[in-house]
Amino acid sequence: MAAETKEFKPKILVFACNWCSYAGADNAGVNRMQYPPDIRVIRTMCSGRVNPGHILEAFRMGADGVLWSGCHFGDCHYIFGNYEAEKNYKKLVAMLKLLGVDERRFRLEWVSAAEGNKWAALIKEFVADIKAAGPSPHKMNGSRMSQPQPLPIVE
Amino acid sequence: MAEATFQKTLSLTNAFRCLECGKCTAVCPISRYNGTYSPRRIVGRLISENPANVALDPNVWTCLTCGLCNARCPSDVKYSAMTKVLRREAFRLHNDPSCSHGGALQAMMRIHATSNQPQDRMGWVTGDLKIAEKGEWGYFVGCLPYFDALFSDLESNTLAIAKSVVKVLNVLGIEPVVMKDERCCGHDLLWGGDIENFKLLAERNVKMIRATGVKKVLTACPECYRTLAVDYPEVVGPLGFQMVYITELLADVSAQLEKKLGEIKKTVSFQDPCRLGRHMGIYDSPRRMINLIPGVQFNEMTKRGPGAICCGTSAWQNCDATSKRIQTDRLLGAYNVGAEMLVTSCPKCYVHFKCALQGESIPEDKKVEVKDLIVLLAEALNSK
Repeated sequence: MAAETKEFKPKILVFACNWCSYAGADNAGVNRMQYPPDIRVIRTMCSGRVNPGHILEAFRMGADGVLWSGCHFGDCHYIFGNYEAEKNYKKLVAMLKLLGVDERRFRLEWVSAAEGNKWAALIKEFVADIKAAGPSPHKMNGSRMSQPQPLPIVE
Repeated sequence: MAEATFQKTLSLTNAFRCLECGKCTAVCPISRYNGTYSPRRIVGRLISENPANVALDPNVWTCLTCGLCNARCPSDVKYSAMTKVLRREAFRLHNDPSCSHGGALQAMMRIHATSNQPQDRMGWVTGDLKIAEKGEWGYFVGCLPYFDALFSDLESNTLAIAKSVVKVLNVLGIEPVVMKDERCCGHDLLWGGDIENFKLLAERNVKMIRATGVKKVLTACPECYRTLAVDYPEVVGPLGFQMVYITELLADVSAQLEKKLGEIKKTVSFQDPCRLGRHMGIYDSPRRMINLIPGVQFNEMTKRGPGAICCGTSAWQNCDATSKRIQTDRLLGAYNVGAEMLVTSCPKCYVHFKCALQGESIPEDKKVEVKDLIVLLAEALNSK
């Protein structure tokens, strides 16, 4: 077998809000903009829907990076959801610092539905950052928390 | 747990001896506000049904495990111990609790349990605080830096507790050993049924504390105190060091401390943390510390000591309207005995009361200040 250097393929979780960022990602798609395929997008109704538990749980489960994206201030479909997101972002940055997570691994960004270019550029930049940071040092263990199993039926 | 082991562990908590007298429901702080919850019904179902069915009841997560019912039970059913066993089974059967704060704290604890990444948690140790690398006394800080980060919007300053502990110890000539990579004690995972990650945390912490060579470990958090002193030996065997709660040490050297305390003119009341009082039997030493401060008028609340009401939430789960009502009543209880300040001795009571003060459930003129006992002591030291 030919010696093959295994390239690091990061697992990056992206929370994108339904009204701006997800539509922005669509915009990048219909305009055929190229960006790396290393992200997994979770669509939420609002960036304010994402709470600190979701982000920390993503890191616990071994995500190499988490990007959190919503509407620009003043554009939120629910008026103040992105302000909530920013409030929680500040708390999370402090918590992730304590946990020893590289600050490059977590970002909050505002992308509107018209900003397909910004989305593509942002993902390129973020993936490059994560590749530079390397694989996440946080790993799952073998407990039941790591492997979701179907609910047992108790008679 | 296998069926037989589960039944056997349950029987060790005397759960099958229930007489169905209902005293537990009569004293339960949750039942007082939430008529649909009854401890008696749960323990009664254990006898009449397959216990595994009971473990699937969402109400196993409602209990505060505050231990008020344990004290009242005529046939010595250890209800909080029984809840712990039931929750372990519930967790295994995927009957999960609703975690407050979106499970952020639980995720943090599980990262502590499994990740080898060193933490960056020593930012609170400022130049004026003297800590040592080696010595007789260790100080187990607990999750205070994390609470400080996550609850920054509650105007709560939990790190002041850690700073005050070191300050008070320095005054007594003790330079405690503080571990750079200490993990969460796992109390909330244990009471949330996640025994696997709890064991990992217990093994890591005990190994780390033993490596520092300290003889006695201080803590200012009743939950850490209970977990390290009572629950760790069950999973890792004899600890090899002694656990000491901070007020127990301070009460021993109170004569030395008394001379250095300045005056604080306040009327205060004391919230007995459930882990410190009913779980560990420490009622006296925190009160002695309060009475030591010159100028402080100490008014006891009506429900105090072994009959104190819990702060309304435990293990960062199931915080709901009932919890808020318990907290509101507790704060009003302090106001009603004329206190301007409610002193507590547990960082979680502190955070919960700070949160309850945020809302509009208490009129502005009836809001009391909430402060940790050690912070109050450190302020008294400063005022001299």
